[in-house]
Amino acid sequence: MDRKVVFNQKLLPYLLLLPQMAITLVFFFWPAGQAVWFAFLRQDAFGIRTTFVGFENFTDLFADPLYLDTIRNTAVFSTGVTILALAVALLLAVLADRQIRGATGYRTLLIWPYAIAPAIAAVLWIFLFHPSIGLIGRALNDAGLPFDYKLNGNQAMLVVILASAWKQVSYNFIFFLAGLQSIPKAVLEAAAIDGARATRRFWTIIFPLLSPTTFFLLVVNLVYAFFDTFGVIDALTKGGPAKATETLIYRAYVDGRVNLDLGSSSAQSVVLMIVVILLTAIQFRYVERRVHY
Amino acid sequence: MATLDLMDVRKSFGPTQVLHGVDLHVADGEMIVIVGASGCGKSTLLRIVAGLETATSGHVRIEGREVTGLEPADRDIAMVFQNYALYPHMTVAQNMGYGLKIRGLPRDEIARRVAATAELIGIGPLLDRRPRQLSGGQRQRVAMGRAIIREPKLFLFDEPLSNLDAKLRVQMRAEIRRLQKRLGVTSLFVTHDQVEAMTLGDRLVVMHQGHAAQVATPMEIFERPADTYVAGFIGSPSMNFLAGRLAEAGQAVALEAGPVIRFADGPRPGPDGMPLTIGVRPEHIRLDAAGLALALELAEPLGSETVLHGRLPNGEALVVKLTGPGPRDGTLPVALPAEALHVFAADGGRRLDPACD
Repeated sequence: MDRKVVFNQKLLPYLLLLPQMAITLVFFFWPAGQAVWFAFLRQDAFGIRTTFVGFENFTDLFADPLYLDTIRNTAVFSTGVTILALAVALLLAVLADRQIRGATGYRTLLIWPYAIAPAIAAVLWIFLFHPSIGLIGRALNDAGLPFDYKLNGNQAMLVVILASAWKQVSYNFIFFLAGLQSIPKAVLEAAAIDGARATRRFWTIIFPLLSPTTFFLLVVNLVYAFFDTFGVIDALTKGGPAKATETLIYRAYVDGRVNLDLGSSSAQSVVLMIVVILLTAIQFRYVERRVHY
Repeated sequence: MATLDLMDVRKSFGPTQVLHGVDLHVADGEMIVIVGASGCGKSTLLRIVAGLETATSGHVRIEGREVTGLEPADRDIAMVFQNYALYPHMTVAQNMGYGLKIRGLPRDEIARRVAATAELIGIGPLLDRRPRQLSGGQRQRVAMGRAIIREPKLFLFDEPLSNLDAKLRVQMRAEIRRLQKRLGVTSLFVTHDQVEAMTLGDRLVVMHQGHAAQVATPMEIFERPADTYVAGFIGSPSMNFLAGRLAEAGQAVALEAGPVIRFADGPRPGPDGMPLTIGVRPEHIRLDAAGLALALELAEPLGSETVLHGRLPNGEALVVKLTGPGPRDGTLPVALPAEALHVFAADGGRRLDPACD
């Protein structure tokens, strides 16, 4: 690629770059910089006095057993969401790939959840799992299985995982389906002639050939579970009961916005920022280097 | 090592019928080439034998065993695909060993057979490479190796040479033939290339619109084509066809172009005046001062020979192949030797042989 545009004057290229730079500066670098700066400050509850405290916000954070609980919650939650969303999407994509008649309709239906706002998705799941008005919730209770995600932390975690994964399945489905369709048919036929049956073909041919897609989605889903599930959690459980579904992102919100502890909230944001930078770096490093078939 | 029998194999895709009842018996160790233009159903036929497609009706038997309803895995066959269809995420050795691994052979046995096969087809140094690191010819060899390593009952080749360049194609063609003879495995080879068909096959199946137009040895197909389609398909440049009528109580043909030619091999059945199609190969046409005047339109000098396209006085097109250089334009007096004529019924194009006495 050696297509260089030569500008006669130095000013024009900078002018052309300016809008993009302005947006990035105003909406990313400035708030991010502020968060980093606030992470080293402590403010009183009324915002009158602000003192520089160095790394104290961070040391406090990691000394707080509740924060460690939140980390554990986030690990359970994001692992659950990622595995569930990937597995279900892969299953659906394999089925959709086989389907010949009505394939477009089937695919469109499967892609719909992606177009639904997180809060609305959460309301749908409330209507399913609410112990007194939810279809499944009531059925479970009627069947003698006590189910109330508003009281039971594990059940609450299950419900937010389900709701968040459901949102992400469509996205994964699109990528898996595209991945499946790019596997040459002849390769699968060759495997069939070599004596491999459907299950064997899936695990020895299809799954390895999908691995670049799977890896990409793994990172995307982790990022999603870490950062984009705020809406679902807020609408369903608000982090409860007893902080059982409080993830890192939710706690950053609660501490900053509800408890008005801007210093701690900023420190948490910085931790999250480091996580997302790491995930992105891993993705770039490995996805770019991975073998693409 | 097996026989293959196809009995009245038919296939329809929805309302489109692509195979209209094909019968074929392949003897043990025989190499059969299925040849035809694209869309004639030859690949479908091969895929039905492989079990990748299900026949709408009819039977497939391998070694006398009914396999019509079996999965490809249960048929004990191997196939070489047009685009090789190697497993991109496996090394050459893994590609070749895949079928053995599935059959549950021990690891050292697989390694031994992979090494032996690689030796046989000359890809020994490539065993640790992946398919994308190989050239077209090398991939072709790996695909061959993957097929022969399992020692299947039947080899199926689906246009395996058509992605190679011309020189490599000739080389691989000879290699496939040598290998097949040496291993003695019954083989079906699909191609649209008549040279491949003629050189590879013990017998050819010329497919036309879902029918097997003729099943015979290459020379028989060349010398006694069963109908005008086969006659025109095999041979290059293709056979000339001239209109004529039966004359002299079946002893001769009166060509529309003028001359009346007595058949060299005896009378044809049928009433005088019956419309005929007379075929004559370009290389059999002779120059004869007393012959027809061929007005030349195009000359194709090929070095050792020259192909001349022209028109007879009555407007019929004729192609002549001469050895050595030829004239570029003007007219050329040509004669059609009686012993080189192929006689077909104008209606339906079937070959007409001399009436038995």
